[in-house]
Amino acid sequence: MAMAASRSLWASRAASYLKISAFPRAFSTVLKDLKYAETHEWVKVDGDSATVGITDHAQDHLGDVVYVELPEVGASVSQGTNFGAVESVKATSDINSPVSGEVIAVNDELLEKPALVNGDPYEGGWIIKVKVSDAGELNSLMDDKKYSKFCEEEDSKH
Amino acid sequence: MRGLLACATLARRAAAASSTGGASTAARRHLAGAAEAAEAELKKTALYDFHVAHGGKMVPFAGWSMPIQYKDTIMDSTLNCRANGSLFDVSHMCGLSLQGSQAIPFLESLVVADVAALKDGTGSLTVFTNDKGGAIDDSVVTKVNDHHVYLVVNAGCRDKDLAHIGAHMEAFQKKGGDVKWHVHDERSLLALQGPLAAPTLQLLTKEDLSKMYFSDFKMIDINGSACFLTRTGYTGEDGFEISVPSENAVDLAKALLEKSEGKVRLTGLGARDSLRLEAGLCLYGNDMEQHITPVEAGLSWAIGKRRKAEGGFLGADVILKQLKEGPKIRRVGIFSQGPPPRSHSEIVSGTGENIGEVTSGGFSPCLKKNIAMGYVKNGLHKAGTEFKVVVRGKQYDAVVTKMPFVPTKYYKAP
Repeated sequence: MAMAASRSLWASRAASYLKISAFPRAFSTVLKDLKYAETHEWVKVDGDSATVGITDHAQDHLGDVVYVELPEVGASVSQGTNFGAVESVKATSDINSPVSGEVIAVNDELLEKPALVNGDPYEGGWIIKVKVSDAGELNSLMDDKKYSKFCEEEDSKH
Repeated sequence: MRGLLACATLARRAAAASSTGGASTAARRHLAGAAEAAEAELKKTALYDFHVAHGGKMVPFAGWSMPIQYKDTIMDSTLNCRANGSLFDVSHMCGLSLQGSQAIPFLESLVVADVAALKDGTGSLTVFTNDKGGAIDDSVVTKVNDHHVYLVVNAGCRDKDLAHIGAHMEAFQKKGGDVKWHVHDERSLLALQGPLAAPTLQLLTKEDLSKMYFSDFKMIDINGSACFLTRTGYTGEDGFEISVPSENAVDLAKALLEKSEGKVRLTGLGARDSLRLEAGLCLYGNDMEQHITPVEAGLSWAIGKRRKAEGGFLGADVILKQLKEGPKIRRVGIFSQGPPPRSHSEIVSGTGENIGEVTSGGFSPCLKKNIAMGYVKNGLHKAGTEFKVVVRGKQYDAVVTKMPFVPTKYYKAP
């Protein structure tokens, strides 16, 4: 219960103001073969295994990542729900899983080098690998074009 | 929506700062209020357009639209302040003058400082107390002279402070007391901090700044306008707070950046929070609240010697008793493992018993590790005491350490 309470603390509508981008920023990188969630995670599917990380856009807005909280291998995750957290200097942010399934690997390197999430969000900064239980869920995610547009619209709201 | 970009420690702090409630639950409830306030009219400082033009990411803070950061990351901004310097717009804070032959006795009825004993043109950190000895706000008070004191209070506490001071002033005046106030809404406040603060500012004034020490105050000409200059700050570095007529604020900010040849950087509230935490300084609304006394907060040193003997401020009975017997809880500095603890992280003993709560925490850009402050039971406050902090349900090793976390560099009189 304590966990749920602390989580709810981080979620706030006011928080969306942190996304304000008052200066023209360079376009964040978006990769073609990945799928994207509205909560700014990417997923790369290979057979029934999916690698999950956070997007370049997300890491850019969060700033320097100083800690990544990883789940245990074997834990189950479900689409749209939280499985870990990234801590930047300014804030704690939940990471949601874009797909449901079982965690089959976690990127232990992030414990020593959390900055990989900033420097290499789509490769060295991957967070977990999931054995996908429902491939149909992937259809609800965005492709690169949709996601780029989604980010632009979200930024322009502020 | 909850997720990566839907969370905000700082936005929540802003909510807490504008809350008048003491309990953490009250601060939590204010989240919704903060969001609504965010969408309503936010106040803008004289530098608002300047911030936006310089890439400031504007966020709601205590009813104001303030830059949380500019193009530099919070990490880089924090490090640059200590290596070179930072310029902050802190115009959201409220400057206030009390004037009259009894301005000092009046103020002393509300704060713990020995204002009368201050030399003209010097100041001190002080605390406004309530009748239970709790902190209404912390403030830097300067004795300009025997009949003028100048104060700067927190933006988030402005309304309640002015209501509190106003009500007591009315009663004081009714009894024939000679005091009146002026809220300096015609002025803006810039904080110039870091090793380049003094050499940079020196290029804009004839006043010899090498003769002006920590906590000194002067009314002088800076960059052609009549400023109130205090050698103080909220970063642990040497530096100044400059109260400048609002119509001259942008020019002064530009001049300071230019004279430093780009080394002094505009710095937002994000890095300001990291800097003050590294310096072990309290943030009102987090580390100090209505139910926390100055003694519990580790600010007994700010209670003047005469005031300790005589009392005569609100809640003096509670505070003097705590000075004698020791408080039940104490503010401590903490190093911890794992993810950075944030405010409201629970502190537990090795056997899992609740012994306190974190009130501020984060990753220290200078030390490259987690630092936090919080309150623990008296007796568990000594440096080296080990316990656990709970972050998202998991316990992590933590140890009490002396503050400041990063050595302060105030320019003190020899």
